[in-house]
Amino acid sequence: MIDNWRDALIDWSYVVAAILFVVGLKQLGSPATAQRGNQLAAIGMAIAVVATLFTRGLDNRLLILVGIAVGAVISVYPARTVKMTAMPQMVAIFNGMGGATAALVSVAEFQDKVDVPRGEVISIVLGTLIGSISFTGSMIAFAKLQELMSGRPIVFPSQKTVNAALAGVIGVLAILVIAIQEGNAARTLLVLMFLAALVLGASLVLPIGGADMPVVIAILNSLTGLAAALTGFVLGNQALVVAGALVGASGSLLTMLMARAMNRSVANVLFGAFGGGPAVGAGGGGGDGGEALPVREISAEDAAVPLAYAQRVIIVPGYGLAVAQAQHSVRELAELLTGRGVDVRYAIHPVAGRMPGHMNVLLAEANVSYDDLYEMEQINDDFGKTDVALVIGANDVTNPAARNDTASPIYGMPILNVDQAVNIIVLKRSMKSGFAGIENELFHDPKTTMLFGDAKDSLTKLIAAVKAA
Amino acid sequence: MDNDVLLGAYVFLLAIFLGIELIGRVPATLHTPLMSGTNAIHGIVLLGAMLILGSVDGFLLELIGFVAVVLGAANVFGGFVVTDRMLEMFRKKPGAGGARQGK
Repeated sequence: MIDNWRDALIDWSYVVAAILFVVGLKQLGSPATAQRGNQLAAIGMAIAVVATLFTRGLDNRLLILVGIAVGAVISVYPARTVKMTAMPQMVAIFNGMGGATAALVSVAEFQDKVDVPRGEVISIVLGTLIGSISFTGSMIAFAKLQELMSGRPIVFPSQKTVNAALAGVIGVLAILVIAIQEGNAARTLLVLMFLAALVLGASLVLPIGGADMPVVIAILNSLTGLAAALTGFVLGNQALVVAGALVGASGSLLTMLMARAMNRSVANVLFGAFGGGPAVGAGGGGGDGGEALPVREISAEDAAVPLAYAQRVIIVPGYGLAVAQAQHSVRELAELLTGRGVDVRYAIHPVAGRMPGHMNVLLAEANVSYDDLYEMEQINDDFGKTDVALVIGANDVTNPAARNDTASPIYGMPILNVDQAVNIIVLKRSMKSGFAGIENELFHDPKTTMLFGDAKDSLTKLIAAVKAA
Repeated sequence: MDNDVLLGAYVFLLAIFLGIELIGRVPATLHTPLMSGTNAIHGIVLLGAMLILGSVDGFLLELIGFVAVVLGAANVFGGFVVTDRMLEMFRKKPGAGGARQGK
């Protein structure tokens, strides 16, 4: 009797948790309620975890608590202290951990159980496969974003053949495990498949360029959700199924929205021009001749004059600004110019920074007013009436090749019409090309002047020069 | 057992539709926090890890279960904390000045 009550209470706790996830997710979709939505989801998670602790016949409770504590300790500190610029890679690494959890749960469940029905074996196989791909894929994404490895597509000869062979091996192993269904042979084969899937996850993400990592993370995020739902099938736990499916679905939709913002298909991101072919389109097409093209360099003092006496200035922030931690300096410059009667606005490309919305987060951190931030569609027609477009560490999102050059790998991507401004000043570390790895003809435009150096240093010099002007 | 699978399939499919409906028209500004928030929610797989660690015997399987619990918990805690920090930025009053020394 008491046991029945206990089971019912646990089940209903899961229902409450599921409701909180749904409401939380809903609220995450609107700026005004987003933070509360996240907190609601966290409360739902806490309820679900506590309820699970009271599961009847659960052994190793102390060990479970210790494990949770260890997980909390290793993740909360970096999550609280990581720089805002490094958010995308944090999401990647936490996602990878979730994927690994799903894979390990599936593998362990199979080793432990006897008499597993075929439906569950299929769930176990898929959970192992998807979870481990998500794990190593996320780790590679993390390494690329953290610049532990080159953000460039990494390709080696006959990579596609190797991946195809690997996928074939995994397919065969999966079918064998499902066919054999139980016993030590099946268990060993599942472990082999787990290992092969780990390799495949890494080798699928390696050839994808750093600029596409946000989309990759969105896909992997969705996959981890799916893997979580699959473990829910195996364990007969509906909370896992609901939450996992919610994430799997919303993650896929998010992936498509992001890809659309870059005017690319998801398949194109995964296997397309940036990643697939050995960078023929990227390195070659128009880029090689570009190095001989002239570039006008300018000093901070000379750059300050048109800024100080302009009527309208549009600032185009990009990832370079974020890396240099220059968001505070840019606000200072903007305030200084506003004080002189200059109309200063910010143009935010949908994929400025490294994820959609990333730049808004960074500028909000520097107390830049939302009212000054304009999305691409709102401001794109105003560049023609703008005296100075100040491009800070942005590159690919300003490249006119996306409009003009059908051969360019970014052709068709919506861009900011910076090239229509009267003057263009570009703050950039060097002539190195952007994440897409292609030449930007904007830099060779006769209207463009380049101020080389770290974005923060350059801005500090600009601020001093504008004060003196 | 068949009923369980069927029920699971229902729940799964309905949740898929719900997930798509829920975030259908989200502004691009919120894509990053949303991805991060859903990232935290799939940390629910921690429950699976707990149930596994709570039911297996033998050192090796317990070790796997323990590692899974640690990683799952890291996904949950890290995910929610990172999302909260991102959204904190949105809540701050515009032009509030002061805190210039950001991280």
